[in-house]
Amino acid sequence: MFKVIINVDPKKSILDPQGKTVLRALNNLGFSSAEEVRIGKHIVVMLDVESENQAIESARSMCTALLFNPLTEEFTIDVEPC
Amino acid sequence: MLTIGVVVFPGSNCDLDALRAVNEVMSCNAVPLWHMDTNIQADAIVLPGGFSYGDYLRPGAIATHSSIMKTVKTFAENGGPVIGICNGFQILTESGLLPGTLLTNNSTRFISKDISLNIVTNRTPFTKLFKPNQQITMPIAHKDGNYQADASTLASLKNNDQIVFTYNNNPNGSVENIAGICNKEGNVLGMMPHPERAISKWTRSTDGTIVFKSLLQFLEAK
Repeated sequence: MFKVIINVDPKKSILDPQGKTVLRALNNLGFSSAEEVRIGKHIVVMLDVESENQAIESARSMCTALLFNPLTEEFTIDVEPC
Repeated sequence: MLTIGVVVFPGSNCDLDALRAVNEVMSCNAVPLWHMDTNIQADAIVLPGGFSYGDYLRPGAIATHSSIMKTVKTFAENGGPVIGICNGFQILTESGLLPGTLLTNNSTRFISKDISLNIVTNRTPFTKLFKPNQQITMPIAHKDGNYQADASTLASLKNNDQIVFTYNNNPNGSVENIAGICNKEGNVLGMMPHPERAISKWTRSTDGTIVFKSLLQFLEAK
């Protein structure tokens, strides 16, 4: 069993209105050193596979099939045995 | 009698409005099509507005993989008229039937109001009865209507006369003020404004009727 952690984030080239709004709120709260906020999604999938490689392969297929939009997002995959 | 199918996903909420518009304006047989169906007996298909699957992951992302969308794709690829309104537009971009994508409005707010639109092209089955450059009014009601596409996609949209509606006062940050586009062939139209909510006096504008009357004329001429 492996725990796969997929982070899907808006591409750098894409304006992230949610991140921008949160940045403004942080600045208003006095966090003046905050310069940029990007907000993405954190997806955890428990996978019943034999190896770490299989887990990564499977997670990548899931991203391509559904979990991310290649036009506007990018993703990273982390795997933990469990 | 002509039959117009309105696809109902879990979370669709403009399906009854769309069915009513088809009934009242086109006097056609309006049938709801459940998302699990795989067989479509219809002359045109409406993907209605709403929040299919709660907009989980991305608006339209999960609806794209429902059983009926395979059939809708085949129907569209064979030249069948398909209109996606609001969430329906998001489903069309997610499924690759239309290029580009719809992001969160620049203001991050849900915007619900009547809006002035410009007709760029009338070459689709749904816009035949409009005149190019005609100014019309329809309501919008969305949070994710900010149309974006890369430079080469935009160039091809322009070169192939695929921009159908533009906003006169851009409400959401859409590139080139785009409110609606069609595919190259013109038979698939996606639009954020709601024609089905602009069909009678009590909806303030009746400009939406022209969308349904255009479709009727197109289907009758076939």
